[in-house]
Amino acid sequence: MSYDATFRVWRGDADGGGLQTFTVAVNEGEVVLDVIHRLQSTQAGDLAVRWNCKAGKCGSCSAEINGRPRLLCMTRMSTFGEAETVTVTPLRTFPVIRDLVTDVSFNYEQAARIPAFTPKPREADGNHRMQQVDVERSQEFRKCIECWLCQDTCHVLRDHEENKAAFSGPRFLIRLAELDMHPLDTVDRRDAAQDDFGLGYCNITKCCSEVCPEGIHLTDNGIIPLKERVVDRRFDPLTWLGSKIGRRPKG
Amino acid sequence: MTATAPRGTGGVIPGRGDGGPAPRRAAIPERTLRTDRWWVQPLVTVVVLVLFIAYSTFRAFQNAHYYATPYISPFYSPCITTRCEGDSFPEFFTGPSWISPAIYILVLPLGIRLTCYYYRKAYYRSFWLSPPACAVAEPHRRYTGETRLPLVGQNIHRYFLYAALVFNVILFYEAFRSFRDETGEWGHMGLGTLILLANAVLLFMYSISCHSCRHIVGGRLNHFSAHPLRYKAWTWVSKQNARHMQYAWISLFGVAFADFYVFLLATGTITDLRFF
Ligand code: SF4
Ligand code: SF4
Ligand code: FES
Ligand code: FES
Repeated sequence: MSYDATFRVWRGDADGGGLQTFTVAVNEGEVVLDVIHRLQSTQAGDLAVRWNCKAGKCGSCSAEINGRPRLLCMTRMSTFGEAETVTVTPLRTFPVIRDLVTDVSFNYEQAARIPAFTPKPREADGNHRMQQVDVERSQEFRKCIECWLCQDTCHVLRDHEENKAAFSGPRFLIRLAELDMHPLDTVDRRDAAQDDFGLGYCNITKCCSEVCPEGIHLTDNGIIPLKERVVDRRFDPLTWLGSKIGRRPKG
Repeated sequence: MTATAPRGTGGVIPGRGDGGPAPRRAAIPERTLRTDRWWVQPLVTVVVLVLFIAYSTFRAFQNAHYYATPYISPFYSPCITTRCEGDSFPEFFTGPSWISPAIYILVLPLGIRLTCYYYRKAYYRSFWLSPPACAVAEPHRRYTGETRLPLVGQNIHRYFLYAALVFNVILFYEAFRSFRDETGEWGHMGLGTLILLANAVLLFMYSISCHSCRHIVGGRLNHFSAHPLRYKAWTWVSKQNARHMQYAWISLFGVAFADFYVFLLATGTITDLRFF
């Protein structure tokens, strides 16, 4: 079963642009990316869109559909009514290159700033050993496909360009949490989380968790636990005292 | 056939939020392109919280109708001044008669709710519109989050949790005391007993499912395998923590309802349903 849908697609570049309206065929079982590709092959040959896997695993096709940050390849057309206009725009938080393609290098710059994983020495037989229960929490965050939808949605960055200097965004807060909880890691990243990566900017309003296509509980399992760890170090006189008199070693 | 995209002129349009210019972002003037009713949730939150605040403020200052033997309203529990109705708790001092005994204690339950990670989300979104909903621009020019005073103070949340746990014990104590009848004889149970008990349980679940609690029982550890008991406790608390929002709301309604029930008894509007 096919029908004609109305699509509004943002076209333009850093100098300006706007929404352009198309009527385009939609077939049963298709996702938004299919329709964008049909537009590209039938009506707008120079429409720029970034994609790769079409399986929700490469994180390339991030955009905003009816105002909500989503993966183009994982948004089924069946979630919209046939009469509904579907509006597709590029990520708002990052500079646009052209049409639906944005320059997400901010995120790679942040990734490069994170103090790297620093494991403790290997055991006598040359192996690293850890228990599954110890590493489980960190593994949740390894599911991240770096689609930057959380970064795009987070109002701290989205609504305040100037905060990009002070706040690295939810993806990197959970990266810090992942490393800080890791049973083999030896670096204490709590001060850096607060001072260099802007943990205090997050007001735990959970939009990152709402948009994550991997279903990572960024706020509940990453950011809030990290905030609590920072409290241990910076705001709680009792745990501070405990660490001074040696009652509270790390982990 | 191919069409070339229109190329507008000069467009440095911010991501909206009025956080200053945002160079090279896509020019999209709308504050949001969301088509769903994203404003319903913040609106409902405001209405419910304002109603609760209005009711609880009125009751806290009313300084009357909070005790109906053997029940005491949770808003006045523990009642620690000599002016208290009933004899439920050690009376530590005598305050001026115009200060309601609720005032001395309510700051603690108020504190845990104000600094609660869940309620923070709720009021930052609905009252402060920061953001009103995901991908809807907030109206503020500047944003510093919880990095400076007063909001950096949210970090003392765990101390309010400790206080709340003490209150939880007191509320259970009061609930157990309501197994006595008007003359102080044990072996009584009325609908009020059940209501006070349910209220104590709900408030306890709210405390135990707290994010700080989750951190303290085990979250701060990096080697669960070396602490099997704490790992077990953490696993259980984590399960409750996933429902923290639900506990936050149910316990809020619960405490208001328990108070209202005592109010109805104390004013003689209804009589307690007595089981034995
Ligand atoms: S919870 Fe924090 S990091 Fe996540 S979107 Fe909200 S403010 Fe940003
Ligand atoms: S945490 Fe989720 S939303 Fe954020 S970049 Fe990773 S996969 Fe995308
Ligand atoms: S194309 Fe790879 S995630 Fe959509
Ligand atoms: S009481 Fe809600 S997080 Fe602690």
